[in-house]
Order: sequence, then C-alpha cells, then structure tokens
Amino acid sequence: MTARPAAFGAHGPEALYRRRKLVNHAMTAAMVVAVVIALLPLFFILFYLLKNGLSGLSLDLITEDPNHPGRSGGGVRNAIVGSSIMVGLAVAIGVPVAIGTGIFLSEYGQNRAGAMIRFVIEVMAGIPSITIGLFVYSVVVATQKHFSGFAGGLALAVILVPIVARITEEMLLLVPRSLREASYALGAPRWRTVIRIVLPTAMPGIITGVMLGLSRIAGEAAPLLFTSLGNQFYSTDINSAMDSLPTRIFTYATGPYDYWHDQAWAMSLILVGIILVISLAVRALFGSRVTVRQ
Amino acid sequence: MTNISVSNALLGSARAPGSQAAGPAAEAAPARMALNVSNLSAWYGSKLAVSGVSLDIRANNVTALIGPSGCGKTTLIRCFNRMHEFAPNARVEGSVLFDGVDIYAPGIDPVRVRQRIGMVFQKPNPFPTMSIAENVAAGLRFLGVRSRSAIADRVEAALRLAALWDEVKDDLKKPGIALSGGQQQRLCIARAIAVEPEIILMDEPCSALDPVATLKIEDLMRDLSQRYTIVIVTHNMQQAARVSDHTAFMLMGDDGAGHLIEYRPTQDLFTRPSDKRTEDYITGRFG
Repeated sequence: MTARPAAFGAHGPEALYRRRKLVNHAMTAAMVVAVVIALLPLFFILFYLLKNGLSGLSLDLITEDPNHPGRSGGGVRNAIVGSSIMVGLAVAIGVPVAIGTGIFLSEYGQNRAGAMIRFVIEVMAGIPSITIGLFVYSVVVATQKHFSGFAGGLALAVILVPIVARITEEMLLLVPRSLREASYALGAPRWRTVIRIVLPTAMPGIITGVMLGLSRIAGEAAPLLFTSLGNQFYSTDINSAMDSLPTRIFTYATGPYDYWHDQAWAMSLILVGIILVISLAVRALFGSRVTVRQ
Repeated sequence: MTNISVSNALLGSARAPGSQAAGPAAEAAPARMALNVSNLSAWYGSKLAVSGVSLDIRANNVTALIGPSGCGKTTLIRCFNRMHEFAPNARVEGSVLFDGVDIYAPGIDPVRVRQRIGMVFQKPNPFPTMSIAENVAAGLRFLGVRSRSAIADRVEAALRLAALWDEVKDDLKKPGIALSGGQQQRLCIARAIAVEPEIILMDEPCSALDPVATLKIEDLMRDLSQRYTIVIVTHNMQQAARVSDHTAFMLMGDDGAGHLIEYRPTQDLFTRPSDKRTEDYITGRFG
C-alpha cells in the first residue's frame, strides 16, 4: 500500500503503468515456468512408458499366464484379472460406504458428531497404504490363516473410502441451498430431497471422485503384498491368493531377467491404459449430465 | 385425473387451538380466509426479525407484502409454510391458522404443510438434472404419484396454467435450466401448482427478471388467484399496486425487528394510507 503513492510521486503515472505491465509479464512468465516444471515429470513418465512398454505389448501378454521364472514368453493374464477382481471388490464394498458417509457428513454432520467423523476420515486418508495392508493382514489374513483376494480387495476398499467420502461431502455441500428449498417447498421430506435432488445434482462430481479413488487403488502394491500376496497361476477364487498388476510389476521390475523388465514396462502401460479407458467410458456415460450442469 | 391433493384430514389430525372465528381484520362481507396469522414473531437465534404480526390472508386473493429492505417481509412469508425453520437456530412464536389448524401446533408435520402451501423463490431454481417435464412432475413424484398418464396430464395442465405450455410443448425433454430466466420462473410456478396447493407464496418472484418477463408473471398471478390464494413479497410498490387486492406494509421498528404497520385493500392503502409512515413510504420519502 505504501508503494503506490511513492510510485506516483517519483515516476508519474506513465512510469507506473510501464512498471505494472512489466510485473504482469514477469508473473505470467513465472507461472508458465511453474506449469512446465510441474508437467515435465508427467510428460517423461508417459514418454518412458510408451518407449519401453510398447515393445513388450503382445497378445500373449494378456492371454497367457506367467511361465516358469527364467523361461521367457508367457503373459500376465492372471495379474490383469486379479487386479480387476480386487479393484472391483474394493469399489463394490467401498463406494456405497463412502457415499453413505459423505451424505451423512454433508446433510446431518454439521455438529460435534460430524466434526469427529470428519476428523477420523482425514486421519484415515493420511494413513500409509502399507499400514492399511498390515491392518487387514492382522484382522483377516492372520485369522483366516491364508492370503486371499478378498483381503486384498478389503485393503483397497479401506484406502478408497476416505477419498470418496470426502469428495462426496464436498460435492454435496456445493449443491445450492435454493435447490433444497425448492424441493422442501414442494412438500418433499429431507431424505427424499437428498436422494432425488441433492445426490443427482452432485453426481458428476461424485463420479469424478470415485474415478480418482479407483485410479489410486488400481496402482497400489503395498497393501496387497501381504493380503492377496500374488499368485503365479490364474485364479478367480477370492478366497485364495490372487495376483495383481502392481505386485507383479514390483516382482518383475526388481527381478533378474531382461524379459521380466520388458513385461514390467508393458504391464505399467496396461495399467495406465485400463484406468484411462475406464475414465473415458465413465465420462462418456455421464458426460451429458456434466455439460448440463455447466 | 388422479386426485392427489392432500386431504384436510392430514392436517386435521391435530387439534385446532381456539375457535375458527374470522380474525380481527375481517370485513363485514364474509370473505373466506386462507390464513389467520396472529401475533407471529420470528427469530434468527437471539435476533428478533419479525415482531407480533397479525393479519388474515383472504382466499383467492393476491396479497402483497411490501416494505423497505430488512423489514422482515421475506422472513414473514417463510413462516407461512414453515420454511423459516431451515435457517440455523430459527424460532417462531404465535400462530398461523390454516383451515382452522395452527400449522405450528405440536404434531403437525411441516412436510404436509408445504404440500398444501407452495412457494416460488426470488431466483428461478429449476432442478438442473431434470427436464422441463420432470421439473413440473417433481412434486407429484414426491407425493408418490406413479401413473405416467396422470403425471403427463398434470404436467400439461400446470404448464398451461403457468402460461408456458405453448413455448415448451415441443421441448418437454430439454433440461429446465436451458430456458430463459422468465421461462424458468414460470416453470417454477408450474412446478409449484402441479401439486395443487391451496396457497402459493411468492418471494420477490420478479426481482431477477426483465420488465417483459415481469409483466408476464404479474398477469399470471392475476389469473392464478382465481384458483389459488397468492401471497407475494415485493419491494416494488408499483407491482403491489398492479397485482394485489390487499397490501400489507411492513417496517423495521426501533427494536430492529419488522412490524406490520398497515394492512388494507390495496387501493385504500395507496390512495388513503391511514398511517403517516405508510404515506411517507409510498410517496417515496424513504425506503
């Protein structure tokens, strides 16, 4: 505030204008540089992924199961199917719980109890994923005395819940009060207003949140290491050890064979590709709603 | 057509406090009263917003609430269908008799009250995820009407009553928020009348609209008053003079709360105000 009168006095309006323009340009340039620096790693990741992963891609990779270690060839069908099952399980368990929690927090949680639950969820979101894996290991795996796809899905669900619950709450709170009032004024009770008006209005945002959570858990290896463990063979039984893309990527990338390294790159590419396809499909399915909302 | 209007028995289950005698403002000619408001005060937390208002709203009339900003007219109208209680720590004292039943009596479900006393808001607020037809049908669905043909009939009837049918009849599946502001507000009126309320409360329904759209809504209010009782809050005195049969003038008192100053037939209030403060306001000396 003190700079302004001084600038006027010392340089006159013309000099001030030129200085302002200069500062404007400098700030714009600084922000462009920041954006470039932020996007650079992302760009390199995609570049390396395509460069190293494309060559490893083949039909065998997605239709066959791993060969004995050291014998090249084979595929990672078991990992792709295992990941899909466990992520699907996590979404099936986690999303209803998370959306329910989000609704409770935004519609009935403007009090002490709500503040407490909100705090617990914040803490939950901050727990390292390996700790969550350890928790599920001790609660499920250790009591059942065997690794299982179910335990893996459960661990992923525990990671998913706080992410989706928080976004759901935020999206529901963004729904204008005027819409709720319009609904109440038509004689709608509160729960009906939430289900018929508030939730559909916030749905595009909630779906974005679910997608965000899904991409996060699809790439998690740590919580699966001692819950679903991994499996050399094809298995769709959620009561036995199950393979997954992240754990197999970890095994192959740190293993001794060159063809493992190639397959690890290709698996990473598949993982990113699957997430991309799901995101685009969901957007295409609910896209019309998003544009209606402006 | 399916009969979906909520029967009086729904409210009648609670006992009526006091007799059903006409209120003090009743004239010699026995006009049916839609609402008898007596000694109504409304608070936001500890702040008194409306103080001791008593007035009777005549059925099938347009009643206007006028007054300068902050005089409590919006708060008052929101007390008429228990929308006031959505404000945090809101509180109401006094009584609002509707069909002889106090809507604030214990055991009265505010949801039932709002099914029979509808509301149109300051800013048009169609449901953004719904089409034009779905918007109008929303209240019917809340009431549990399932029959598609009954809903279609009611949607058309409501849109015709709201003078919107001819403009949207080919676009019923388009989103409600794709309409212009004036059309959106008429859509909201159609949505309110589709559930066949007895009273429609309108809180500055034209304040977000241009003059042409405003005139259309005003015409509509006159037409609708043959079937419904209309209460309108407006800060526009000309509008009150144009559309209303009776006008209530409110003013903020020294206590910071809104008081009812004068309530008379509109023509009398604007030509021969009995209170000096009313005269000052309508002649533009303040407000």
